Amino acid sequence: MSKPAKKVAKKPARRPVTKARAKNGELLTLRLYVAGQTPKSLTAIANLKRICEQHLNTEYKIDVIDLMANPQLAAGDQILAIPTLVRKLPQPIRKIIGDLSSTQRVLVALDVYDPQGAGNAIAKNA
Amino acid sequence: MRFVTKRKRKASNNARELAKTQTGITGFDEITFGGLPQGRPTLVCGSAGCGKTLFGLEFLVRGARDFDEPGVCMTFEERPEDLTQNVAALGFDLQGLVHKKKLVIDHVQLERSLIEEAGEYDLEGLFVRLNHAIDSIGAKRVLLDTVEALFAGLSNEAILRAELRRLFLWLKEKGVTAVITGEKGSGTLTRHGLEEYVSDCVVVLDHRINNAISTRRLRVVKYRGSTHGSNEYPFLIDQDGFSVLPLTSLELNHKTSEERMSTGIPRLDDMLGGEGFYRGTSVLITGSAGTGKSSIASAVSNATCARGERCLVFAFEESEQQIVRNMRSIGIHLQPWIDQGLLRYEAARPSMFGLEMHLVRMHKAITEFRPSVVIIDPLSSMLQAGAADEAQSTMLRIVDHLKERQVTGIFTHLASDRDQQEHTNMAISSLVDTWILLRDIELGGERNRGIYVLKSRGMNHSNQIREFVLSSCGIELRDAYLGQEGVLTGSARLALEAREKEAAAIRADELQRRKVEYQRKCKALEAQISVLHADLRAEQHALNALERRETERSRVSERDRLEMAASRKASASQTGSSKKLRKAK
Repeated sequence: MSKPAKKVAKKPARRPVTKARAKNGELLTLRLYVAGQTPKSLTAIANLKRICEQHLNTEYKIDVIDLMANPQLAAGDQILAIPTLVRKLPQPIRKIIGDLSSTQRVLVALDVYDPQGAGNAIAKNA
Repeated sequence: MRFVTKRKRKASNNARELAKTQTGITGFDEITFGGLPQGRPTLVCGSAGCGKTLFGLEFLVRGARDFDEPGVCMTFEERPEDLTQNVAALGFDLQGLVHKKKLVIDHVQLERSLIEEAGEYDLEGLFVRLNHAIDSIGAKRVLLDTVEALFAGLSNEAILRAELRRLFLWLKEKGVTAVITGEKGSGTLTRHGLEEYVSDCVVVLDHRINNAISTRRLRVVKYRGSTHGSNEYPFLIDQDGFSVLPLTSLELNHKTSEERMSTGIPRLDDMLGGEGFYRGTSVLITGSAGTGKSSIASAVSNATCARGERCLVFAFEESEQQIVRNMRSIGIHLQPWIDQGLLRYEAARPSMFGLEMHLVRMHKAITEFRPSVVIIDPLSSMLQAGAADEAQSTMLRIVDHLKERQVTGIFTHLASDRDQQEHTNMAISSLVDTWILLRDIELGGERNRGIYVLKSRGMNHSNQIREFVLSSCGIELRDAYLGQEGVLTGSARLALEAREKEAAAIRADELQRRKVEYQRKCKALEAQISVLHADLRAEQHALNALERRETERSRVSERDRLEMAASRKASASQTGSSKKLRKAK
């Protein structure tokens, strides 16, 4: 229904593993709603990029929607808080609000948390 | 970038009087002297089911429909379809307004289970949505129902409070008149203390049960920059939406009419100074059961319709059909008037609703039907619908309302035997202008009906007790007979009438007899008088004869004496007499 305002990334996972799809074979589709270039929004975008790049080993797609430019899109996904990250696919829809500064919570909420992989990743990062 | 900084102030902030937005809600604009504060948020709070959402929706719908002010409804609880359905019964077509771009309904859903909080956030999304909705139709009115639902959806209360404060400020800056609903909390007006943020105008709705009959009440707790009625006003929700009722009118300045109207009973008109009631006054008809209160009231409605005016009857004891049938038996035919639309019956059981509901029903029916006479039959049954003091205040309001509209009010009141006299247990007797008392007069093994005018302001009314007879030819007032035992009515009156007739005949006979006697006496006396006259004349004759004889006799004796003197040659002194004698010769 929505036209993404800005396509940020459509990247394969960094590690060239078997280009795994998300659990039930659907492409992990994320949509990040922001409102203008506020510090919170910018932080959220940066955080999202970082998390995806570091912790996702599946294919994914991210749309960033600026509600200042397209306010009519807010109602569709029941956006209330800014920033909100919506996992459109796979179903069910999940929402994460906040600037995504807590990586752990984001991964849990996206349901892509692989304790081992994540553990490795975190360890690597550390 | 925040809206707050971008928007220029639209709200009127000049030093003049506070601008107000008419809500269009019946009665509410009166008690707030014009409506809600324009361009400011108003908090409407109350417990569950007291009508908060409806208040807000009616504010929006009436604004869109009647004042050309489009509105935005942001609902946090009910789905738009449910809302539409709920208010369709009140004649509000939300979908139609949405199609006409007069209304936007935005449903904000918050599922706590689907939301994960990760880091800092704000509610800019809500602002964006609201702003978009407002701008898309140029809305002037906003309803947030119930914003407190956010507290259930989001865990970070600190952020939420800060954002709500910002939201209300933003609404003010935006210049929209907003209604924010809030659930009543324990000890506070709202569960989450919204009144801290929305403080320009606070309206509390309440739903109270008294004697198993519920009454809704509304109070304007606070209204910055404006006077407002501070009482608790009863309100009601019916098929036309919300109606608030001012408890009493503030002033006593009803117009008064010099015009008189007939009661439909000629002799009752006579008792009321010859012309009947003043138009626009209130008339109380009291009496115990079966004294004919309803019959008099029906006679009045019959006369009203016969003049071509409309009459509205609130019947609490009988149904329309029943009244029509019963009145036919005393020669009052009401059905033609009903068919012509001049007469309307509103029959309901008093305990069907609370007093307020009755009052509002009456208000509405009166406004719709515009009658010149309103009859409430009987008023006393209102007591069944509420406590005595409430019933009295209700009555006061009805009387006030009728007087304001120059409608003549006829109220019947069933008096129990104990307080049949100058007392009504609703203490409304001082409110009415004319009080007609119907009494049972028990005498000689019968009960008969008596009527008298206890008071009637502004006219020279009769002080007499009349007997009042219901027959198939209608209502008839007869003069009551005052006997030694008191007022005589019914067959006692008939007996007395017969006795009096007899006595009158006897008196007439006596008079005739006396007349004859007099004539006879006259004649007798006249005869006597003529006899006496004759006697008198006889006496006179005798007297005259005697006199003549005496004169003759004295003349003869003188002549004899002179002749004798002459013969004797009497003295000089005697000569004179002899000269006379000669001269005479």
